Amino acid sequence: MALKEVRIHGRGGQGAVTSSQILAITAFFDGKYCQAFPSFGVERRGAPVEAFTRISDKPIQVRQQVYEPDYVMVLDPTLMEVVDVAKGLKKDGILIINSDKKPEEFKLDTKAKVKTIDVTKVALEVIGKPFVNVAVLGAFAAITGEITLASINKAIDQEFAEKMKVGELNKKTAEKLFNMAKGA
Amino acid sequence: MAEMVVEASMALALGAKLCRPKVVSMYPITPQTHIVERLADFISNGELDAEMIHAESEHSAMAAMIGAAATGVRTYTATCSQGFALMFELLPIMAGNRLPGVMSVANRALSAPINIWNDHSDAVSARDQGWIQIYCESTQEAIDTTIQLYKVSEDHNVLLPAMVCIDGFTLSHVCERAIVPEQGEVDEFLPAFKPFVTLDPDKPVSIGPISFPNTYMEFKKQQHDAIMGALPIIQKVHDEYAKKFGRAYGNGLIEEYRMKDAERAIIGMGTLCGTGRIAVDELRAKGEKVGMIKLRSLRPFPVKELQKIAKNLKGLSVIDRHVSMGFEGPLCTDVRSALYGSGIEVNGFIAGLGGRDITVDRLQKALLSTKTHKQGEWLL
Repeated sequence: MALKEVRIHGRGGQGAVTSSQILAITAFFDGKYCQAFPSFGVERRGAPVEAFTRISDKPIQVRQQVYEPDYVMVLDPTLMEVVDVAKGLKKDGILIINSDKKPEEFKLDTKAKVKTIDVTKVALEVIGKPFVNVAVLGAFAAITGEITLASINKAIDQEFAEKMKVGELNKKTAEKLFNMAKGA
Repeated sequence: MAEMVVEASMALALGAKLCRPKVVSMYPITPQTHIVERLADFISNGELDAEMIHAESEHSAMAAMIGAAATGVRTYTATCSQGFALMFELLPIMAGNRLPGVMSVANRALSAPINIWNDHSDAVSARDQGWIQIYCESTQEAIDTTIQLYKVSEDHNVLLPAMVCIDGFTLSHVCERAIVPEQGEVDEFLPAFKPFVTLDPDKPVSIGPISFPNTYMEFKKQQHDAIMGALPIIQKVHDEYAKKFGRAYGNGLIEEYRMKDAERAIIGMGTLCGTGRIAVDELRAKGEKVGMIKLRSLRPFPVKELQKIAKNLKGLSVIDRHVSMGFEGPLCTDVRSALYGSGIEVNGFIAGLGGRDITVDRLQKALLSTKTHKQGEWLL
């Protein structure tokens, strides 16, 4: 597998940076090399933020920013109106939006595949709170095939070691989203 | 030894912890904060047996580090940017008193205008103050270099403080794979600190009293000889480390990439070298004979090693993440001086100030500039 680049759009406080990090840890458990970093902005709660993850079979040397991601994930559907989420996305790439709408409703200027999945709804059902940043990785795994569900679970076990209950609920949500995305 | 995905800041804290410093004096500043926060955690939860001095400023943090080092214990601190600038007054005092210790610098731009992002203007501005300065490209290199530099710094033929420089945000806030050595392995590699002289009420001495014009120059000559003499010691310690832990960074002072038949190359420090490898690979695939030189040790400067690596080059483009206002990039000045009379065309580029991205494209432009005898420029 060549180097794959992922950009995650979220709002400050929503956990996009954690999302990028857990994605990197998951890739590591899959035996891959990884790099996760925030957009280095001055973060404020509620403001649009970005985080990035690189995944590769080989050690990752490049340290420039991500300009042409292979995958983009949008954690908050309200960002669609304020951020050009498809910017630079490779034409054979995939855009995953947390939304209850259909992809064509967004009228995006991109040749990339667009997928929508209602992560918030599933998170509210399972966790009871709109925690989407970790669970979305279940959908990412099913849609892209870049990471495995087993490694997501391992990454959650490690990162939520002190919050096992939330960790377990995140695992359940991720699995549900994985199956939904696989079936879609 | 455990391999994990770890933020470079956390890795530096883990690296420092493995060296068992007895005093950690610090003042937090973005983007260094994560490093000292983690160390504060380690001290409060008992993982590290050290005294944490949360000073009221970086000036005091460095003063406390000097005082602690003078009592004969291993010391650590970290800073960057304006905090580094505030420490500046004390940097030559630590070096002039020949006190060992290690400081991590999460390199960040200097104000004004206020900018929290990466360049090398903080540490490079202090290159003349007698501290060893090593710049790291990756999380792994940052951990390994921290452990190596305690050994170099405390060597009785050196006895000088050392900085481990990592690019703020561009490395400090990156999570990636790294191997964290076991405590036992580090203990074998890095013996307990044996001070050369200590402040002890039972055996009173003065450290750093006045030196008149008839002695001051001799002190400075000894200090200069000591840091120049650190060149082979940095190399030796690096080689020992490589043998024990299986990881090497060139010869410890300088690293080369695809330089064997290279006609043109770039030279730089820190994370830009990772991106530089990609820039080189892409141009090589198009038939260009290009390479890269990564400078680890800015001070002491490895003149002979650079001459040896560069000797077959036609052109060398220097990437400075800092500008000496009123002249050029300081690394460019050093490289030109080291290669004086070699006939190699040396071209200086200013790049990456205040967090401006250093991209593959920008580095390729610099790499090829000597082919058409283009002037160096600011890579805006």
